[in-house]
Amino acid sequence: MSTNSSTNVIILGAGGIDRRRPGIPMSRLIRVETRKLVDTRAGFWLVVAMTAVCAAVLAGALIWAKPGTLDYQTLFGVENIPLGVLLPVLAVLLVTSEWSQRTALLTFTVEPRRARVVRAKLATCLLAAAVAFVATLLLAALGCLLAGALRHHTDGAAGSWDMSWHLGIYASLAWALALVEGFGFGMLLRNSAAGIVAVFVVPTAWTGITAAIPWVHHHIQAWIDFTTAQTPFRAAQIATAADWAHLAVTSAIWVVLPVLVGTRLLLRAEVK
Amino acid sequence: MISVNGLSKRCGGRTAVDGVTFACPPGTVTGFLGPNGAGKSTTLRVIAGLTPATRGTATIAGLRYQDIPNPAAQVGLLLDASALHAGRTGREVLALDALAMGLPRGRVDEVLELAGLTRAEARRRVREYSLGMRQRLGIAHALLGDPRVLILDEPANGLDPEGISWMRGLLRGFARRGGTVLLSTHLLHEAEVVSDRLLVIGGGRILAAGTKAELLARAADISEHEVKGGRPGGARGWDDEASVTGSALEQLYLRLTARSARGLRVREGESA
Repeated sequence: MSTNSSTNVIILGAGGIDRRRPGIPMSRLIRVETRKLVDTRAGFWLVVAMTAVCAAVLAGALIWAKPGTLDYQTLFGVENIPLGVLLPVLAVLLVTSEWSQRTALLTFTVEPRRARVVRAKLATCLLAAAVAFVATLLLAALGCLLAGALRHHTDGAAGSWDMSWHLGIYASLAWALALVEGFGFGMLLRNSAAGIVAVFVVPTAWTGITAAIPWVHHHIQAWIDFTTAQTPFRAAQIATAADWAHLAVTSAIWVVLPVLVGTRLLLRAEVK
Repeated sequence: MISVNGLSKRCGGRTAVDGVTFACPPGTVTGFLGPNGAGKSTTLRVIAGLTPATRGTATIAGLRYQDIPNPAAQVGLLLDASALHAGRTGREVLALDALAMGLPRGRVDEVLELAGLTRAEARRRVREYSLGMRQRLGIAHALLGDPRVLILDEPANGLDPEGISWMRGLLRGFARRGGTVLLSTHLLHEAEVVSDRLLVIGGGRILAAGTKAELLARAADISEHEVKGGRPGGARGWDDEASVTGSALEQLYLRLTARSARGLRVREGESA
């Protein structure tokens, strides 16, 4: 191997650059991005707040729920509400903080192939959602055990483990979509405040607008409004083929399109 | 070896860099001089792959920065010491990118020590850092991968005299060991002391380039010519004194940049 090492020395001597050095693997980029979620005060407290809110919601349900409703499915559904709100914020911030804190400069000099950074961030978001999903299942289980122990003598349904499998799948799908939607909005706007506001205000406003116009409301709202399209998936019955078609089309508009356009803008954006 | 060839960069309607050509050989420190807005930072950002060139090329050892594998570990960059996440600790800023570059754990402590940041300082959040500390952190970041090439934009900004002297020693040692350094500065004295080669840029164009000795010889020529030809624009005692105390390099620099600014005004006048 002496030839090899001597060429190496020559290459290094010529300009100090090793052309055969391995690049940064995706796994390492994902580890870095995961660490960025919690290594600032803002990120750390967002995660703490998410945990605290989930615990508070669980406690609230245990104390105030009407008799006959404290089963596993309800508890799981209740836990979904705060996380559905907070997870998209996490996704927005993972992208926008690079621009509001100007760290994109370092991020894109460490890995100039920006598309790889985008993929690593997206993977990190989905990873966070998976962790949150499992945590929710566990928290709901804890709540269910507590409900059984505390209320079973007065309330027969409390602590029942009934759960429709499809609701779990729908919920996890809704999370993933909301998260990636937040990610896309973050890339489009590249500003934390604007991104967070847009994620909450724009879809809600759109639901209002499309509901206010009678023709739109009756004929095409389910095809263009994400919230309307998702409503059947929150109900107990199994979604129909039409429901899935609505979901697919609205996802293309609200999730795929922002991500594609956002990525394109981000790849070209001037890093100030 | 850093090599810039016929580089132009247009931003909007403005030409920020206009046909710039130069090379930085290994074992030397090249000082990049010019007034604010002359195109120094833009040139450095093009070299670092952050901004695409409109025309021309910028390579390091024959490769574009973005084509170097694991580039930040091979080319030390300090482009903007204020582009750091205010909520991260100094140590975390380094640890994140050391992780991305795949460096051993101990490297962060080594560069912190090299940059003269104490453990207590490294545990503080960047928000609380003075500009001088941010510069030290930025230099520590540039040194992370033990690179053979350093590109530094205004690294002396905000450093106290002790810090400037420390950096001078660091860069001289780096070049002595065969490294290539390109640093921009508007501190003429600093450039004169630390550099082997000098580049003067104004209005996006290279106004003068060469070894320090060559430029100083040219400066001497000009002042001799001035003495023979008499000073233009009635010199008063006070102004005269100020220009006498300025170094030969300063006189050359002021003359070159003033001429380029005049040229610019003429060009603008023509187009209007």
